[in-house]
Amino acid sequence: MHNNPSDLIVVDQLSKYYRVANKQPGFKGTLKHFFDRKTYDVPAVTDISFKISRGEVVGFLGANGAGKTTLLKMMCGLIHPSIGLVDVGGFSPQRRQTAFLKEITLVMGQKQQLIWDLPPMDSLYVNAAVYGLSDHEAKVRINELAEMLELGEELTRPVRKLSLGQRMKSEILAALLHKPSVLFLDEPTLGLDVNAQARVRSFLSEYNKRTGATILLTSHYMADITALCPRVICIHKGKLFYDGDLDSLANSLSPSREVKVELKNPSASEQFVKYGEIQDLNDRFVCLLVSRDKLTDVVSNLLTEFDIIDLEISDPPIDKLIGELFIKGEVN
Amino acid sequence: MLEYRIEIALWALSGVLPFIMFSLWSQNDVGNSFGLNDIGLARYFLSAFLVRQFSVVWVVFSFEEDSLSGRLSPYLLQPLHPLFRYIASHLAEQATRLPFAIAIAISFFILNPSSFWLPSLPQLFFAYLSTHFAFTIAFLLQSLVAALCFWTEKSSALERLIFVPYLFLSGLLVPLSAFPSNVLKVAMLTPFPYLINFPAKILSGMPVHIFNGFLAQILWISILVPSVNILWKLGVKRYTAMGA
Repeated sequence: MHNNPSDLIVVDQLSKYYRVANKQPGFKGTLKHFFDRKTYDVPAVTDISFKISRGEVVGFLGANGAGKTTLLKMMCGLIHPSIGLVDVGGFSPQRRQTAFLKEITLVMGQKQQLIWDLPPMDSLYVNAAVYGLSDHEAKVRINELAEMLELGEELTRPVRKLSLGQRMKSEILAALLHKPSVLFLDEPTLGLDVNAQARVRSFLSEYNKRTGATILLTSHYMADITALCPRVICIHKGKLFYDGDLDSLANSLSPSREVKVELKNPSASEQFVKYGEIQDLNDRFVCLLVSRDKLTDVVSNLLTEFDIIDLEISDPPIDKLIGELFIKGEVN
Repeated sequence: MLEYRIEIALWALSGVLPFIMFSLWSQNDVGNSFGLNDIGLARYFLSAFLVRQFSVVWVVFSFEEDSLSGRLSPYLLQPLHPLFRYIASHLAEQATRLPFAIAIAISFFILNPSSFWLPSLPQLFFAYLSTHFAFTIAFLLQSLVAALCFWTEKSSALERLIFVPYLFLSGLLVPLSAFPSNVLKVAMLTPFPYLINFPAKILSGMPVHIFNGFLAQILWISILVPSVNILWKLGVKRYTAMGA
């Protein structure tokens, strides 16, 4: 695979297989599992290739078990690929060279590196020592990130006394202390409430703008992806089936738009059938799915033929589209 | 935080096995059969207790927990070998044990005033050094078993394979001089006598081949360091970052 100088990450025909063994229930199954274990390889990621440029924010989408976390783990060097190559900034991640490790970070939702019984500040200074930061550098960096993450006294309270949101923000602070230029984020907002999710998202967006860091993100919350990632990579059953910008994905997933109408008087459903697919009809409210090429005509006719109080045109919810996509496993 | 303070005190008290063995062997002059009078036995087991306090190792249990829970993953992605984190934890724990160990030693002397002795400065220095080497050997041995986590996931069960010979051959239950000569010869070929028996003998002032002892400790360290290194490198390739 030819490398362009602007490509920070190059993934070439990457595959990962896990060796597993099944055990049948009961005593007989246990004996058989002990003396005559049958193992086989399960493909987690199969023949995936893509490139990511410096400063990009890329979202990895896929259902549970699709292989996106395995892919992230191979790119950060946590696990070794079975076949294929990964190159991150000229480094082979699985070799875990010091220069590479100082450039990256991995944040995993709900998995903590902070010492449970001590305040985050102690863990932060341990991390500073690990990365060779002086006390002064660490202090400046902690203050800068704490301000961005809206963390204050929480940093001097034992981790076990912090809320999930405070812990996650402290984890992110710990992970970014050494100014990494590549961030691997695996479900960074998992389990957080809506406000905490929004704060983490705005922080990541701000961090990307300020530092130009490359961010690779997996999340089950579409809001994370839509707010942060102009580009998405979709994985289904270990295979890549879409790599491109999110808007194009939405367009190709849904060639229709939603038209929500509030009528002055109730109307029968038969009157709307000719305009598009009726999604919902409730007294004076109707929701239609209208093909994009007919949208102008339909809206014009609706306004002419009906007494309308309000009309709203929108894309169908992206999470609904992506959900359908995971079931289908392909883009039209 | 009270529970943590109590836990620290319990840690220190948990290593009292040498005192139990002392009370057992000092009954009916059994100690004389392996060449030690009551005072000699008392000094040996107090020394064994002190050496044990500063050479106890639990890396396999922490490592297994971190490995299974996924906490090992961020450690593997930092520019510091994860084993250094465990070394730091052990050294911090040893520092915490120090005041309790001193208090227990003082209590022991109050209860057994005839056994009181003050080691000479060279004795203290060599005992200190050999205890550190004992800790290093014990740490490397357990790290070797801990690295098997990459294959077995429950390597703490395998730790029993080390613990049982350690218990019998280290000198924790009985000074090695009590063993028949042929058993002693075999025992001295293992690393275990250099974990308790050797440093405890130096500290208690018993006759010991200091040069041979240190040579054996250094030899075991030089065998175990590359062994751990090789096993670790092989194991890390198999790491699947489960739970993470």
